[in-house]
Amino acid sequence: MEQEKLYQSLSDRLGKLSKFPRMKDDGKSIASLLEEHGFSRRDFMKWAASMTALLALPASFTPLMAQAAELTDRLPVIWLHMAECTGCSESLLRSDAPTIDSLIFDYISLEYHETLMAAAGWQAEETLESSIKKYKGRYVLMVEGGIPSGESSFYLTVGPKGQTGESHAKEAADNALAIFAIGTCSSFGGVQAAAPNPTNAQPLHKVTQKPVINVPGCPPSEKNIVGNVLQYILFGTLPALDAYNRPKWAYGKRIHDQCERRGHFDAGEFVQEFGDEGAKKGYCLYKVGCKGPYTFNNCSRERFNQHTSWPVQAGHGCIGCSEPDFWDKMGPFESPLADRLYHSVFRGLGADATADKIGATILTVTALGIAAHAAISVIKKPKE
Amino acid sequence: MSKRIVVDPITRIEGHLRIEVVVDDNNVVKEAYSSSTLWRGIETILKGRDPRDAGFFTQRICGVCTYSHYRAGIMAVEDALGINPPLNAKLVRSLMNMALYLHDHPVHFYHLHGLDWVDVVSALKADPHKAADEAFKYSSNPMACGADDLVETQKKVAAFVKKGNLGPFANAYWGHKTYRFTPEQNLIALSHYLKALEMQRIAAQMMAIFGGKQPHPQSLTVGGVTCIMDLQDPARLGEFLTKFKEMADFVNRAYYPDLVMAGKAYAGEASVNAGLGTANLMTSKEFLVNGSEYLFDSGIILNGDISKVFEIDEDKITEEATHSWYVDNEPLHPYDGKTNPKYTGFKDAQTQNGKGEMEDTKVLQVEGKYSWIKSPRYNGKPMQVGPLSNIVINYAKGNKKVTKVVDQFLKDTGLPLKAVFSTLGRTAARMIEAKIVADNGLEAFNSLISNLKVDDSTYTSYQIDKNKEYKGRFLGNAPRGILSHWTRIKNGVIENWQAVVPSTWNAGPKDSKGARGPYEESLVGLKIEDLSQPLEIIRVIHSFDPCIACAVHMMDTKGNELSQYKVDLSCFC
Repeated sequence: MEQEKLYQSLSDRLGKLSKFPRMKDDGKSIASLLEEHGFSRRDFMKWAASMTALLALPASFTPLMAQAAELTDRLPVIWLHMAECTGCSESLLRSDAPTIDSLIFDYISLEYHETLMAAAGWQAEETLESSIKKYKGRYVLMVEGGIPSGESSFYLTVGPKGQTGESHAKEAADNALAIFAIGTCSSFGGVQAAAPNPTNAQPLHKVTQKPVINVPGCPPSEKNIVGNVLQYILFGTLPALDAYNRPKWAYGKRIHDQCERRGHFDAGEFVQEFGDEGAKKGYCLYKVGCKGPYTFNNCSRERFNQHTSWPVQAGHGCIGCSEPDFWDKMGPFESPLADRLYHSVFRGLGADATADKIGATILTVTALGIAAHAAISVIKKPKE
Repeated sequence: MSKRIVVDPITRIEGHLRIEVVVDDNNVVKEAYSSSTLWRGIETILKGRDPRDAGFFTQRICGVCTYSHYRAGIMAVEDALGINPPLNAKLVRSLMNMALYLHDHPVHFYHLHGLDWVDVVSALKADPHKAADEAFKYSSNPMACGADDLVETQKKVAAFVKKGNLGPFANAYWGHKTYRFTPEQNLIALSHYLKALEMQRIAAQMMAIFGGKQPHPQSLTVGGVTCIMDLQDPARLGEFLTKFKEMADFVNRAYYPDLVMAGKAYAGEASVNAGLGTANLMTSKEFLVNGSEYLFDSGIILNGDISKVFEIDEDKITEEATHSWYVDNEPLHPYDGKTNPKYTGFKDAQTQNGKGEMEDTKVLQVEGKYSWIKSPRYNGKPMQVGPLSNIVINYAKGNKKVTKVVDQFLKDTGLPLKAVFSTLGRTAARMIEAKIVADNGLEAFNSLISNLKVDDSTYTSYQIDKNKEYKGRFLGNAPRGILSHWTRIKNGVIENWQAVVPSTWNAGPKDSKGARGPYEESLVGLKIEDLSQPLEIIRVIHSFDPCIACAVHMMDTKGNELSQYKVDLSCFC
């Protein structure tokens, strides 16, 4: 019943969307366009099925997903770079097999993206201005990077007129149809916003009044980037979000709960030091700092680079990179949270300050709980 | 009358870069200014943190050379603490660096720099069958250049152009007079542009096999590497080997031939056959291939004199901020650097815009401070770093792996050795570097396999003594050139951190003596066809492969209060 309702609402949404004017009015059917790109209809439906599964929708939604993807050519996208490292753009470039993701990439009509666009200088600036004007209220804005703000906004200027990054972001956000903060910097401020945040770098949602969908990760996987655009197209409104405005379909599950090493955690089998016997056997990485218990993301299911691997598979703990302020809250990355000693994460309370003195943040309480489990389960375990 | 031209943003790079030039009546560049317009402050943020975490922070300096600063951050701490990681770890790190080069260099050439050489629109006029024959002029077994591939490529682009909405290809300089490829050659390169998009995913997977993911791998740790399970899995090693060979194949059958094609087609184009810029070159040894040997050796060449190669004296490295937005101007060694931001902004002026009209613009105050990048100097001199420096220095030293490829390339293109000292040379040297890695890198893989048979250690234990002070550095090569990170550790936490990055060396502003940085120097004398379409400037700057986020961070001076932002900037990777 619920499902039928959802199906109906998505159908209606797509019906509306299909009445949008086409951006590329060449009168071609999607089938012929696909063929031009070397894809059969079958490839496309296969891709749509995998995307449907990824978004945790029932299989019966596959045709809708296909329809949504076909409609993406109505969507101009403007991608802005703020204070960032371009890792998120690089992640987008990894967009993967089935290669139909690249087709989507073509289809979203990337109007402005400084790393990829051919135009530079005055021509680039003009492209940005004209795209905002031409597609006012119709484009999707994606922003990568934290934003030096207020009196510190001069730490980033762009273009021949020396406008601040903040003013660029504001203007682009004001006129956008939907706004995605791509990566942890844009979602939560990121590494430049770590204490003492010398440039007053702020997340995108602090510089605009409009709703922002956060797609954090350092960088987020290409699946989470592309998947969220589809999510938006399908639902037309903001997707179901968690407390940090992260789409639940991607950030709804705890890494620890889906982890391939979880059995070892429950059995009290831990890597005590990198490279030890436990490391060779794939034991749990909690004691060498894994932040999987405090981190919500789909890494353990989706992995990275076409499912090649993910940090925990490569023997290193999760560093919690899709959580707010993880640079300050999750360190040291290679020790359990309950053990931390270092001052900067507590904004200057001193190198001798221990977690007890800092007070019981929820995170620390959780950390202690997990640590207790780690300790108890080791005791309980019979000696080998 | 001289005119000021502003190019901002320089696109198809990492980061935020502005170039300004002054041209005379003949449109010849008389003076040039390079400016980074973003500052992030990562080294200041590092102060007071766990030294074991440093690599994760420094890694976020750059997501393009996503591995370079990670390894540098980890190894600077190892150097400070006196840790010698096991050979397995060293070889894995070397292989991961190769994976980075085999990703980064092709992506730079095809997706960032390529559109400076390749006129996408012209490719529509090509005869795909003629183009297929043409491809055999540059390779005996070209890749993705059969008539079938080329017809398909052309169809794709034609459909794209016909839509009338060029997306990322809009508003560029198509049809510019300095594009020298024939329509057929453009079509070949375009086919490789698309092929490279596919190949870069494979190179990224290579990194992820040992690194967990790419961008931003996560398997290095102070003391070694964490990917022991991947090393003990023969299937996993086989995956790496296969992907390495696929990338090597692409380099040899597409990247190399395309540069031969460019070398021939652009031999008569003045704007790319000059522009060496700074003739002082510097490189580090890099790519450990067994217990003791490296693919490339380190050295310094001064004033373009390749008859003498000097060794690097680390004490002679300094950074100064006469023209950088920091308070303290004087040159200081990276261990003792100071930086205290002092932004002085732009001034108003009229410059020529993209339509050839004069327009109100913000321009750099060039007599004062004008960039967030500092000016690194070696023994007081500006140095050019990057593949050109690496290849020339190793050629001069008689490194056989290098002379072989360089000589072959010169023979295939008919270019003289001095042609390497140019914009075209910088672009070709990057490919040559990739080819040397592709052709020889598996030596490290074989050494790893041999060693794994007798030794399964991947990690060296260590203790950080809170009562002790430590000092250490990393020196090595990243895709854009020599990279160094310098740190002091005290009370068990980071006391001071500084990175001197390739793009800092290349993109830095003038120094106190008025000596230009390499970007600036390479532009002087350049003639620009059309001031409203300064493709020549973009091409010269792209040939350095700018990576500006790397260049922009800062450092804390020993003992300074964080709240005062005492910093010591440097990097540009």
